[in-house]
Amino acid sequence: MPKPSQSKRLLLAFAGVAAFLLLWEAVPWFGLVRPILLPPPSAIPETFWREVQSGAWHTAVLSSLGHYLWGLFLGSFLGVALGVLAGMSRSLEDFTSWVVRLLRPIPGLAWVPFAIIWFGVTPSAAIFIIVVGVFWINFFAALGAVQAVDRDLIELADAFGHRGPVAKLFKVILPASVSPIMAGLRTGLGQAWMAVVAAELFGVPGLGQRMMQASSLLATDIVVVYMITMAVLYGIIDSTFVAVRDRLLRWKA
Amino acid sequence: MISIKDLSLAFPGERGPTTVLQDFDLTIGRGEFVAVVGASGVGKSTLLRVIAGLVRPQSGSVVSDQGPTPGRRPYALVFQDSRMLPWRRVVKNVEFGLEGLGLPKAEKRRRALDALALVGLKDKADRWPHQLSGGQRQRVAIARALAVDPDLLMMDEPFGALDAITRQTLQDELVDLWQRTGKTILFVTHDIDEAVYLADRVVLLAGSPAGVRSEDQVTTPRPRRRDDAQARATAAAIRDRLSDYVEQGAGI
Repeated sequence: MPKPSQSKRLLLAFAGVAAFLLLWEAVPWFGLVRPILLPPPSAIPETFWREVQSGAWHTAVLSSLGHYLWGLFLGSFLGVALGVLAGMSRSLEDFTSWVVRLLRPIPGLAWVPFAIIWFGVTPSAAIFIIVVGVFWINFFAALGAVQAVDRDLIELADAFGHRGPVAKLFKVILPASVSPIMAGLRTGLGQAWMAVVAAELFGVPGLGQRMMQASSLLATDIVVVYMITMAVLYGIIDSTFVAVRDRLLRWKA
Repeated sequence: MISIKDLSLAFPGERGPTTVLQDFDLTIGRGEFVAVVGASGVGKSTLLRVIAGLVRPQSGSVVSDQGPTPGRRPYALVFQDSRMLPWRRVVKNVEFGLEGLGLPKAEKRRRALDALALVGLKDKADRWPHQLSGGQRQRVAIARALAVDPDLLMMDEPFGALDAITRQTLQDELVDLWQRTGKTILFVTHDIDEAVYLADRVVLLAGSPAGVRSEDQVTTPRPRRRDDAQARATAAAIRDRLSDYVEQGAGI
């Protein structure tokens, strides 16, 4: 049952979107900016339809989604796995601490030259960039999460016969870390889209490449189509993730 | 019967090891309710952790004459805090100790529900821990310990964090539970009145390093009254002895 104020809030949110679109439409309309520099929103549906009909949209979206999902999966998995291991083993954490300090500040994009040298201009190169982009977020989220697990619960596992590291990992450490690890994964969902665009700018087929082509032809309306495409894809993926997360964390008060 | 013999334990420190327990001996008969009292920090909790095998002693042994039995665990602990795993429903919390024993799923569930029934919380089996009160969570913790059918049920100030009324209720429930199940209980507390009210025998742990300083049989018949004169005299005697040790320890 929505409260009376709920519908009012929803109405305000819609009004905000409408105002934003109106302002956007008005700026080129009144000649404040040339339409080629800022295409009006009213021009976008038609451009979108052209992109769909030519097949460019499907190709770009499918290709980028492929990079995105693979990069996200590999980066998140490696980040969480190594973060959990480093969190469980003091000596592994010490062993890796300086390597981590060294590699961590290097932005994902700085790896582009190596990505091209190692993989060429291929999907693998794009995936590699995305993996680097999401790895650290998940590594630190998992490391912190595992180190913050209540020692009393570890002792409980010991007291009730779950003494090996594997038993402790699955009975206590992982379930107790789910919440902060999920927060890391979710940050990665957004970070990975940035990496997708960046990774495709150098020529790997996908949204990023299509945007580059369009911008070099000053087809800014096409650029906007893909910006919106990305926003919508991110929105869908993020809300799916939140639904899964809330299901997993339904034990929380 | 549980025999604890010549138990000694030292923790390493900056100025050499600190001996916490020395030559600790205690025999607990099957079905007996033994309470260990002592000042805070004397090593009562440590003693339970040594018996449970969480801390390895320098010397000594803990032996149960029941021997290893499949589907059971020899020792079970109830802590001062309930230590629920918040991501598990109540019944799954009770099953925690049963996992890894090679029991079929249905058997685990049945034993967990039986244990919950013993503490009167069978109808809360599908709740999350945060939906229960503090007293109910502590009952679940007792059920979790009972579910593994231990030779020795150890309780580390289990009612210390509860309000006075809930504490009295749980004390009476524990005695009732003990009489129905015939479990052997080792109950640690710093509350001498609680120890005398609950136990058959009260062991005073004192000194540094700590050892058994006295043992008192509490012969008051059950059901007991909280204001029983004989029990009060026993508690007073233990309290006097304890304060002697505390003064000695403080160097007075």
